[in-house]
Amino acid sequence: MSLLEVSELSVVFGNGVRAVDRLSFDLDRGSTLCVVGESGSGKSVTSLAILGLLPGAEVSGRITFDGVNLVAARPAELRALRGERIAIVFQDALSALNPYYQVGFQIAEAYRAHRRVPMAQARRVAVRMLERVGIPDPERRAREYPHQFSGGMRQRVMIAMALCLEPELLIADEPTTALDVTVQAQILGLLDELRRETGTSVLFVTHDMGVVAGLADEVLVMRGGRAVERGPVDRVFAEPAEPYTRALLACVPRIDRPVPDRLATVPPMEATR
Amino acid sequence: MTVLLEARDLVMEFPVRHALTRRVVGRVAAVNGVSLRIRSGETLGLVGESGCGKSTTGRLLTRLLTPTSGSVHFAGRDLATLSERALRPVRRELQIIFQDPFSSLNPRKTVRQILSAPYRYQRVAEREPVERQLARVGLLPEHADRYPHEFSGGQAQRIGIARALALRPRLVVCDEPVSALDVSVQAQILNLLKDLQEELALSYLFVAHDLGAVRQLCDRIAVMYLGTVVETADRDTLFAGPAHPYTKALLAAVPIPDPARERARPRVPLTGDLPSPLDPPTGCPFNTRCPKAADRCRVERPVLRAHATGHDVACHYPEETTR
Repeated sequence: MSLLEVSELSVVFGNGVRAVDRLSFDLDRGSTLCVVGESGSGKSVTSLAILGLLPGAEVSGRITFDGVNLVAARPAELRALRGERIAIVFQDALSALNPYYQVGFQIAEAYRAHRRVPMAQARRVAVRMLERVGIPDPERRAREYPHQFSGGMRQRVMIAMALCLEPELLIADEPTTALDVTVQAQILGLLDELRRETGTSVLFVTHDMGVVAGLADEVLVMRGGRAVERGPVDRVFAEPAEPYTRALLACVPRIDRPVPDRLATVPPMEATR
Repeated sequence: MTVLLEARDLVMEFPVRHALTRRVVGRVAAVNGVSLRIRSGETLGLVGESGCGKSTTGRLLTRLLTPTSGSVHFAGRDLATLSERALRPVRRELQIIFQDPFSSLNPRKTVRQILSAPYRYQRVAEREPVERQLARVGLLPEHADRYPHEFSGGQAQRIGIARALALRPRLVVCDEPVSALDVSVQAQILNLLKDLQEELALSYLFVAHDLGAVRQLCDRIAVMYLGTVVETADRDTLFAGPAHPYTKALLAAVPIPDPARERARPRVPLTGDLPSPLDPPTGCPFNTRCPKAADRCRVERPVLRAHATGHDVACHYPEETTR
């Protein structure tokens, strides 16, 4: 059985915008699903819906995580799952971290939300996690504040926080979009390594087909709140079935192919639906 | 090809102020000795990661910033020392397109007002009606009386491009013109910039961090790191045989939409972070992250010098170029 099964998920905001429209997909244990799409495709809203982080929106359909329907779950049930079994890493690590607290404390706090251990012990977990995500001198860095970290190091802190409770599902919502390419390569390498070690399933949201190629087992292409195409990564890249997937692959200038005179463009939405 | 713009030894230092007292406690060199040439009709790409000084360089070339030292020769004058008054006519020939299409358009003005502003400020007759300006960038006549918020990001960027072209400049500095846009919109804007270059015989300085976009548009490329140019070469040479270890690492880090290739890729081409420009390393600025760094690199700063014809590198131990 799949770890996560999403069926007929729709999200409608108060202003009537249907951000996600009857979306279905599933994610197997230990595998990585990349959700790819442009802005407004509903990819981030989908990841927030899984965690029940869309107050005020009307969420319908089913999101089954290990047999539990999250759409119908009570707030206390969701709180027990968040962090402990499903964790998330956001795009903007600086606004996700609290500027007033030391990063070690923030990781320890997340840990103590689910484990009844003394602060000192949770702090040791935090230091060990910082070390594991490749932060040099973790003992000292744990006592520093978010503004003292570079963008890449802050994202490492977020990953340390997300993985400190060994969740079964890690949702990563454009975690490298704000980073430079050399730092992005480091973070993607780290995520891949940790995923192999822990067996965590990953739902990775991105707009970058290059990143998808490096991480995904399965790909879900979204547009306008709907699933356009879904399949194993090699098949989707080699033989995209849908015109939109083909266009999305063709419009990106790539450094491994001869330079085209003009770039392919994506037909407007109506034409591909 | 004739040289349209030549910058020599540009340095831009910003004061560093104490958080509370606002007293100047130091100086940071965002640009530290940049020299480059833009030839007539070509596109020069300026690439590098955040904080490398590429945008600051773009602003120095357009004199939106006044350099601490160095010169910018354009149209027979040194822009670095011209007075504001003397600069004004030069700006007709030297325009800029910004990264964020919305914050660079006045939200209280209609597109018509935005596109006629260059003529008003320059006190010259309108060269052509707004409708014609809009058509050139792929927009419709009825867009003229709308406000910026009524447009998508791609459309707003087209308005920014139309405004930059209103005075028929010879050189346009494009400062990350597509990085705020969706990939499908990026392709449209890159195609548009290329078409306009042919139609209007423009030269571009294309400042960007996206190497795919840079390769698509540029004839020559300068790679920056920590305020200096570390390598310049024509496009095909740079992508086929980068000579500076930083350029090599930068190219290796670009994800390629090909699953088999990505799986085979050696991960983590570069370790560590960009050093703080407040406290730059001695010797070569790249020595703290360079896999080839030797004792000499920690002491002696390499200068940009010819590696092959038309290919300059600032490195003591450049890669052997295999071509």
